[in-house]
Amino acid sequence: MRIHAEVNGEAREFETKGSESLLFVLADQLGLPGAKGACEQGECGSCSVMLDGRLVCSCLVMAVDVDGSEIVTVEGLGRSGLHPVQKALVDSGAVQCGFCTPGFVVAAAALLDENPVPSSDEIREALSGNICRCTGYGAILRGLDSLAGNR
Amino acid sequence: MTARTGARIKGGVGESTYRSDGIPKVDGTFIYSSDMYMDRMLWGATLRSPHPRARITKLDIGPALAMTGVHAVLTDDDVPGRKTYGLEHPDQPVLGSESVEYWGQPIAVVAADDPEIARRAVDAIDVEYEVLTPLTDPIEAERLDSVFKRQRCRRGAEKRRGMVAVEGYYEVGMQDQAPLGPESGLAVPDGGGGVDLHIATQWTHIDHEQIVACLGLADDQVRIHHSGVGGAFGAREDVSLQIHLCLLALHTGRPVKMVYSRSESFVGHVHRHPALLWYRHEADADGVLRRVEARIVLDGGAFHSTSSSVLSNAVYHAAGPYRCDSVSVEGVAVKTNNPPCGAMRGFGAVQSCFGYEAQMDKLADAIGMDRIEFRIRNALQRGDPLATTGQVIETSMPAVELLERVRGMPLPEEGASEDPRLLPGGTGLTTPGASVRRGVGYALGLKNLCFSEGFDDYSEARVCITPFGVEVHTAAVEVGQGLGMILTQIARTVLGIEDVVVYYDDTSKIGSAGGTSASRQTQMTGGAVLEAAKMAREIALTRGNGDELDDAGVWRGGELVTPMSELVGGKPIEYHIRFHHPPTEQPDENGQGNLHVDFAVAVHRAVVDVDQELGLFRVVQIDTVQDVGFMINPRSVVGQIEGGVMQGVGLATLEEIVIEKGVIKNPTFTDYLLPTFLDAPRIEVQVVEERGAFGPFGAKGVGEPPTVSSTAAVVAAIRDATGLELNRTPVRPEHVALAPVQAGRHP
Ligand code: FES
Ligand code: FES
Repeated sequence: MRIHAEVNGEAREFETKGSESLLFVLADQLGLPGAKGACEQGECGSCSVMLDGRLVCSCLVMAVDVDGSEIVTVEGLGRSGLHPVQKALVDSGAVQCGFCTPGFVVAAAALLDENPVPSSDEIREALSGNICRCTGYGAILRGLDSLAGNR
Repeated sequence: MTARTGARIKGGVGESTYRSDGIPKVDGTFIYSSDMYMDRMLWGATLRSPHPRARITKLDIGPALAMTGVHAVLTDDDVPGRKTYGLEHPDQPVLGSESVEYWGQPIAVVAADDPEIARRAVDAIDVEYEVLTPLTDPIEAERLDSVFKRQRCRRGAEKRRGMVAVEGYYEVGMQDQAPLGPESGLAVPDGGGGVDLHIATQWTHIDHEQIVACLGLADDQVRIHHSGVGGAFGAREDVSLQIHLCLLALHTGRPVKMVYSRSESFVGHVHRHPALLWYRHEADADGVLRRVEARIVLDGGAFHSTSSSVLSNAVYHAAGPYRCDSVSVEGVAVKTNNPPCGAMRGFGAVQSCFGYEAQMDKLADAIGMDRIEFRIRNALQRGDPLATTGQVIETSMPAVELLERVRGMPLPEEGASEDPRLLPGGTGLTTPGASVRRGVGYALGLKNLCFSEGFDDYSEARVCITPFGVEVHTAAVEVGQGLGMILTQIARTVLGIEDVVVYYDDTSKIGSAGGTSASRQTQMTGGAVLEAAKMAREIALTRGNGDELDDAGVWRGGELVTPMSELVGGKPIEYHIRFHHPPTEQPDENGQGNLHVDFAVAVHRAVVDVDQELGLFRVVQIDTVQDVGFMINPRSVVGQIEGGVMQGVGLATLEEIVIEKGVIKNPTFTDYLLPTFLDAPRIEVQVVEERGAFGPFGAKGVGEPPTVSSTAAVVAAIRDATGLELNRTPVRPEHVALAPVQAGRHP
């Protein structure tokens, strides 16, 4: 099946057999390996992307279903210099192995779009679908708190 | 002529500099082992045993091989060299042939055009089993003498008894390292019978050693390249898919990539050993610890991995950082048909700490002494012998200072919030704020640093000064902890040159750096870079005929005498070193000797809110003070401590691989729960900087200590809130709500 979609602002097309997830196709066919697959079950958020303005787990989206959609991945967020979320996470030392990071970047950017000044508890709640095994979340919270002007 | 500013080098040791992989990791361009891609690349998949113990009665690969798009199906017959591998004892078959000994053991591997065809080919392999009864009870295994290792520590007079005695049984569940990056790699045949493997691992040279043995190739025919690693925590110490990938690539003559699914990852690496512990502690009425007796049973699962070393570590750490002249500890690691266990952050010290810290609370209570006071009274100090091995601690041991400092840290505000996000159970559950009781628990933990017991622990590094800056070469693995930045900071400080790039060389270009394990890389590869940089500096000063070096070149008496272009324009300055830490000894028959090169201690205070009726709890805050030697990068030290604490909180409250008759019941993130943002306590970190035994600038490894005692502290806090004995971790809601049902048996 031939699928057409707007990915990070560009018109792209790709072929899918029908059984593949959007996560797989992004890396395998579109050269966008930024979204990460840590569970492929919708449990960890590492594969987060924006699909028609909604935050989704790309591991749970079938590639055939994105025909005509608009997709933004972590690669698309930083196209014109680092996105403020990306900069904040580097500055606060929120990156260790970094496997969770693209998911946190996309999810945090989505949160700030909706609520530019979330409280610490709102940040924690909004990102509770994203798992990080390395940092204990402290540095991630410090980065996003500073962006939201908390404390 | 430029004047020297004399300013301190930017981004040297002691500064929270930024890591060079930070930006590629936030913008999505960093390449992990699972992101690698090559033209004409095939995908691998693995057939695994559906039984924990069985004889293979039929294995016909014909139907799989006949499928379109399938390029190879390999079994034990196709392993050209040694048929088994293993970190310390090569007892695990590369591919099971006559029998299988654990659920998920690999039997055959497939290479195909895409992952789906590979998976379907695995299903098409015709395999039949005669199912056998698995041995899954560790006590029964010991009775049958199905044992990997026994280890004892005996010290002092047996009849030296205290007036007050407490006993307890304790149990630790099997924890998974759960690094977010799954096992993955890409093997590329070199066209001349050899192979290049790009892999997320913790120690390329130890992988290399096992791979060449099993492939039956010469050392120089296999090169292991360290590719992007998505966390490790011990899960990548053992070989998983390394040999399989090389076999497939050599067989097909094409690049082969393999990525485990999360469920496969749960059987694809070893886990933290589940433990049964029995303890008896005795003290005088005035609070002096007189005797410690313990028995420790670790379930090593089906194959050896590092079970022997984990057991030894559990035994050596069995009395914790406390003075005691009379000790008897007996440990055994048994072989069963459960999933194999091996390295995980804390390496045996976590299990014993859960036991000895519960005992220290009990004993303090029995004597009627304050729990912290009792610990301070007995805490190990410089010059004391370690209770178990008798080794006199000759370097820093700031346990007393840690305890005093943590006691003085402010507690969070009293009283549970009414915000459901901050109540036990969270928003989905119905705890009313009024029924919440708050508990506070303390635990002090000990961890050895670097490799021990006479192991020849070394790391190689090469430092080059070129016209374009400094190159640091190492085979050490960056797993996410920030090693590259630490090495950069050390080189900058010694050389006075800011432009430093770390190259992670493959196994053919430089000798081993040892594993990224045992909290050792900052000390070992950091130590190697420090020494190599010092020598490179000496060479530069001699060649340039001066007394100072920086980016501009060599200076003498404040004047630039040899500019950099002249200094290294013709020939770069290069120094290669193999750095060893001070030697350690092997234990005698009573487990005595100078077995360890350095130690670190950490203390944790946990504050936990508990709704006893519903069995729900929430870890509100963890306050910790850690002995770190010297902070080369303060921000990164705090990050290691916070992350390490969280894995301990996970083991206390959520994380356990549940096994029934040898089968893992929860091999997914849906059923094996990891702490989320909402489960995360506030973590307050303080450090004590007192020079360690030999690390660069006095630094000690910081990765493991936070995981050793945080579990014990959280469970102590739940005990404090409920008055329950809670001798098993992780604590489950039913242990709290349905008390006095207690787990645990005499090991
Ligand atoms: S990979 Fe999609 S949620 Fe984990
Ligand atoms: S940085 Fe490793 S999982 Fe978050």
